[in-house]
Amino acid sequence: MVECACLENKYACKGIAGSNPVPSAIVKIIKVRTLNIHEYQAKELFEKYNINTPTGYVIDSAQEVESIINKLNGKAVIKAQVHAGGRGKVGGVKLVNSSDEGKTIAKNLLGSNLVTHQTNKSGVPIEKLLIAETLDIKKELYISILIDGDLAAPVFIASTEGGMDIEEVAETQPEKIFRVKCDPLIGLTPYLARDLSYKLNIPENSIKQSTNLFINLYKLFIENDCSLVEINPLIITNNEEIIALDAKINIEDDSLFRHKDLEKFYDPNQLDPLEERAISANLAYVKLDGGEVGCMVNGAGLAMATMDITKKAGANPANFLDIGGSADQNGIEEAFKIITDDSEVKIILVNLFAGIARSDVVAKGIINAAKETKSNLPIVVTMRGTNADEGLELLQNSNLNITTATDLFEAAKILTKILPNLGD
Amino acid sequence: MSILVNENTKLLIQGLGRDGSFQASKTLEYGTNVVAAVHPGREGTKFENKVPYFSSVEKAVQKTAANTGVIFVPAPFAMDAIIEQVDAGIDLIVCITEGVPVLDMIKIMSYIENKPVRLIGSNCPGLLTPSTKTKVGIIPGNIVKPGNIGVVSRSGTLTYEAIAQLVQNGFGQSTCVGIGGDPVHGTTFTDVLQMFESDDETEAIVLIGEIGGTREQLAAKYIKNHVTKPVVSYIAGQTAPPGKRMGHAGAIITGKAALASEKNKALTNAGVHVVESPSDIGLRMKEVMR
Repeated sequence: MVECACLENKYACKGIAGSNPVPSAIVKIIKVRTLNIHEYQAKELFEKYNINTPTGYVIDSAQEVESIINKLNGKAVIKAQVHAGGRGKVGGVKLVNSSDEGKTIAKNLLGSNLVTHQTNKSGVPIEKLLIAETLDIKKELYISILIDGDLAAPVFIASTEGGMDIEEVAETQPEKIFRVKCDPLIGLTPYLARDLSYKLNIPENSIKQSTNLFINLYKLFIENDCSLVEINPLIITNNEEIIALDAKINIEDDSLFRHKDLEKFYDPNQLDPLEERAISANLAYVKLDGGEVGCMVNGAGLAMATMDITKKAGANPANFLDIGGSADQNGIEEAFKIITDDSEVKIILVNLFAGIARSDVVAKGIINAAKETKSNLPIVVTMRGTNADEGLELLQNSNLNITTATDLFEAAKILTKILPNLGD
Repeated sequence: MSILVNENTKLLIQGLGRDGSFQASKTLEYGTNVVAAVHPGREGTKFENKVPYFSSVEKAVQKTAANTGVIFVPAPFAMDAIIEQVDAGIDLIVCITEGVPVLDMIKIMSYIENKPVRLIGSNCPGLLTPSTKTKVGIIPGNIVKPGNIGVVSRSGTLTYEAIAQLVQNGFGQSTCVGIGGDPVHGTTFTDVLQMFESDDETEAIVLIGEIGGTREQLAAKYIKNHVTKPVVSYIAGQTAPPGKRMGHAGAIITGKAALASEKNKALTNAGVHVVESPSDIGLRMKEVMR
């Protein structure tokens, strides 16, 4: 690990480059329910906090495109509103120089699916477009705020290299990335905001503007319980105005109980249909492309361990699924149906170590769902903990295609034996 | 001895709703010394005719000298409960509650800094010392056995899996500690490793990590420099797809360090016995202790 290129302040940053909040990769897994919001909605929030954004209009049909682009003097940027990063690289952001061109592009984008490196293979639907003015850019910067788990504090991440893939900057030019830790009880003090402005080489005339922007951004982050706010790029125009050219905000799901006003931003259409059903049933589920083993587990760690053991047995997990501790029989039934509705699943692996959960309830849920859906997929079951014997007895007497295993080790062995015989 | 909880533990349980009451029952059934129950509006009555209810932690501590507190209150009120226990002078606070907002957790961490209190969790299964029948949290009492292996884990049910494998291979536990799966948590791997290293009853350690964060790397560094006892580890999530991301910014500070392979590398370099399959934890311990 290398020391990070942060402000040279003894307390402001104790950071280590490579230290982290939870891991993007798996936040998605452990905390499936982070509320993503669209760029145009983030832009609304920015405006509420006096953060300048380009003039822009949201549309869901191509009809108004012409008049909007004419209003913007014939030149605009059209941006697909989807919950996925990397849209610029796959045609989701287009610069247009006439209203005709704009209309054609808008027609093509609306109603289509965008596949980026962050989506699964079917992509996410484009239902809305943001059409925004273009601006003269003198300099592009990067700024974001997130919680660093190891420091237990909000941290600003900033770079003079805006408009680029920031992961790549972190990899190739780590010295161009600055971090500022904010004290959770004090917040972002103006001096830190000024220091950050100087680090970013913001021209003297714009320092007051940028300092206020950072303070407002921090306020937005805290007041809305965000897990991430990101502006890439934050631009300095030829007139030395500082404007957020992009807006990305994620809200921490655990805090939604105190932000009823933000729930309107929830857009189920941006989720995989199976993931959407899981959210409605209060299950933590992530669909994995190309797997054949449907996994049903209680606990996130055990669910990941079950995926690992599936892989070790020479198979691929079709999903991550944590039924949690308090799922009732209906929840279990829906969990089973979500697994069997995934057409790639050929075998189901149930791994239950019941502490709070009750094995007999899980068993009943599985039996009911299997009968209702007439599924005859083979099921391998490990069941231990609270009421495990009752649960196993119910399953064994159910006439379903069930093999029981005493532990994870045996379950893996059974998987290896059954899988090659399943064919395609 | 054991670590953190033992025969001197006087347990206070806060939040006796549906889940809290169920767990309080299990804790009493297991034989733990539960001295107080805190739930506003029930003062003057007793939980299961045994444990006196109090309407505040301060009163409970004054009357019963409770030194350890476990919290089951719902997430929106968890911060308040933790601060209440800190202010009442509880030495060890264990917050089981899942879903505490991270902005609450970072305020709590700031508040307890430099105060003589230890917080475990939130979002954790708690801890258990089998030899003294001291259960603080939700680890099932019927799966553990007294012995000499210290268990520390970020996970809940995966901890039970590890314990079951240890028992199956003839090993009991000195203390089992679930530190919690959230990005911000009170007690870290390093804290617990330090305690196990200086605990006479602990002869070897099982460490269960997960992808995400860099706490396993910090643990590896600590083990390399300070831990003489054998450590067996497993990191869950080797097959979790790295493609699904929350946002770019997360990956900057995360970098590659969050991957299971990187954590395993760091632990191997520190002399830890790393198992790649979660079904090998008990077997590997048997080999190591032979």
